[in-house]
Amino acid sequence: MTCGSVDDGKSTLIGRLLFDSKTILADTMTNISNTSKKRGMAAVDLSLLTDGLQAEREQGITIDVAYRYFSTGTRKYIIADAPGHEQYTRNMVTAASTANLAIILIDARRGVLTQTRRHSYLAHLVGIPHIVVAVNKMDLVDYSQDVYDKICADYTQFAKEIGLAGARDIRFIPMSALNGDMLVDRLDNMSWYQGETLLEMLEKAPAAHTEQSEQFRFPVQFVCRPHASADADLHDFRGFMGRIESGEIAVGDAVTVLPNGYQSTVKAIQLGDKQLQSAITEQSITLLLEDEIDTSRGDMIVKSNEATEPVKQIEAFVCWLGETPLSTARTYIVRHTTRESKAKIGAIHYKVDVNTLEEQQTNDLKMNDIARLSFKLAQPLMIDSYKTNRATGAFIVIDESTNSTVGAGMIV
Amino acid sequence: MTKKTLSHLDWLEAEAIHILREVAGQCSNPVLLFSGGKDSLCIVRLAEKAFRPGRFPFPLMHIDTGHNYQEVIDFRDRRVAEIGERLIVRSLEDSMARGTIVLKHPDEPRNKHQSVTLLEAIEEFGFDCCIGGARRDEEKARAKERIMSFRDEFGQWDPKNQRPELWNLYNARSHKGENIRAFPISNWTEMDVWQYIEREQLELPSIYFAHQRDVILRNGDIIPANVPLASGEIINKPKAGEQIVSKQVRFRTVGDITCTAPVYSDADTTAKIVIETATTTITERGATRLDDQTSDASMELRKKEGYF
Repeated sequence: MTCGSVDDGKSTLIGRLLFDSKTILADTMTNISNTSKKRGMAAVDLSLLTDGLQAEREQGITIDVAYRYFSTGTRKYIIADAPGHEQYTRNMVTAASTANLAIILIDARRGVLTQTRRHSYLAHLVGIPHIVVAVNKMDLVDYSQDVYDKICADYTQFAKEIGLAGARDIRFIPMSALNGDMLVDRLDNMSWYQGETLLEMLEKAPAAHTEQSEQFRFPVQFVCRPHASADADLHDFRGFMGRIESGEIAVGDAVTVLPNGYQSTVKAIQLGDKQLQSAITEQSITLLLEDEIDTSRGDMIVKSNEATEPVKQIEAFVCWLGETPLSTARTYIVRHTTRESKAKIGAIHYKVDVNTLEEQQTNDLKMNDIARLSFKLAQPLMIDSYKTNRATGAFIVIDESTNSTVGAGMIV
Repeated sequence: MTKKTLSHLDWLEAEAIHILREVAGQCSNPVLLFSGGKDSLCIVRLAEKAFRPGRFPFPLMHIDTGHNYQEVIDFRDRRVAEIGERLIVRSLEDSMARGTIVLKHPDEPRNKHQSVTLLEAIEEFGFDCCIGGARRDEEKARAKERIMSFRDEFGQWDPKNQRPELWNLYNARSHKGENIRAFPISNWTEMDVWQYIEREQLELPSIYFAHQRDVILRNGDIIPANVPLASGEIINKPKAGEQIVSKQVRFRTVGDITCTAPVYSDADTTAKIVIETATTTITERGATRLDDQTSDASMELRKKEGYF
């Protein structure tokens, strides 16, 4: 994911990365070159590659996340270009929630700004394991090492304050996305920088979430019961379908279905028509159990020795995304894995001022506010803390009247 | 110990299966849009992996422009028979007969009018979700679209006000009359699709592979000449002064005959197409879609009108 403040060159960075890695095809290049000329620009504006909406092109800003794809010889990448405008922070959170690495851009002329701090705080909160701080527009400060060093020092200080330093892998890089310094090619302007280019950093970053819990968590998405099938052998088939959110499972493992607590053993694991002996995190599979037990969508299958206690009260950090402020009087829907529950706000403990990191007392939350809340739930949820498990520690808040997603929650 | 991880293709497959099952779990009356093209054939395979040995928890639906290649229609019907699922066909011709689609002139490309017939079918059957094979790498408006994309009761997409989509917690809730468009292969590229087709050994309509075809060369585009329709009508006749020539071509996308152009190619196997895709210098739509090139925002405008 790329993020940072407005006009610090995120779209240009992606454009340049695609261009220098030879990902842009000829007709796309012709298109954006024509558009650049129409607008009277001297050079091709690479940001036109990602700003795809009419309103974005009119205003020259990014409103929503653009997903771009490129591959090097060794890896395939999905880049999410997140908007910098505060108004569109919810779209930045959308991009952050699935990202494995964040490139936080800083304009070398302006240093660490409010949006840099906000995005860093959010990247930390959402738990992105790898952070690359890209000090961009170095061409506009004469490629000065002093400017770069000062910004790195400022950022490091701020990263310590929010607990980002130490908790995450943070790297720094100076660059000019406009001219291409330090993205794919080093060029000659910053010989004082001996570190890796951006692409080298990307190529070396671990692809998997190494800190993810190893406990087996399998939320049931769909129950397959083809009892009306013409094939009589299938009349007793009962398959529990879902995606393994964490951990591994093998045929013969003892499992417990939550929240009921029924116990059984894994009889078979299927992926399509293939029979597997074992399956790993992120695989979408079908589980067959030895015993006929009542299980439906929203239940969670865990290994019997790794069970978690179903709870009807949770405490979490919530980023409020709705245009309508949170109301403590209302009932919301919480969706956690495949389970939905009605929820009431127990208490707003405090709201975080992202600039000062001060904890403030409040009775409501407006769009983009981040607060620590507790919820009372109608249905039990099988949770882990977000720190130990991104999948079973996360939830969304839905406004029942509009069906909009209005909150992103991370369980403490 | 290094953790075991999935290959890119396995990861994309697992994500798509997860999305299909979320649709089945969250929506009460979904439908899978199926044209017989390569993307929808991938989704059919993914649906088999997601729901077998059960039946698909949704029917298939084709919005037929009436300008489809007969090979593709025949293939569509054969594939549906093989998988034993239900196919609904709704055609633009019927909307024209009802007067809900009015063409400016008979040769006008019909792709954009699919929205009308699609919205009529959604209303007729009360579908609350349409699963489609759109990919974010196809076009820049698509690059902005959510996996579960909300449409209001007029079928409109509002790109400035999309639902945030966090983690893999998809929100496919809708009120009556509203609709979700679900895109399980959003994160796939054209290359991923071809690699998946090769790995799964999926059958495709023959026109995806290099073949000799009578064409007209018009303003730099390759126009298939004198194509017979199911109705017996012949379309794409040469204009005065134009010549018909035989060229070796294949189709990168398969859609309405009047707006889908083939490309020159020697690739007559899936393996050769994978190599061709890796080395091409033209995007899929740039090479083949005569209707996307009219303006910078033609896809965005169409999606705002209810296009899938």
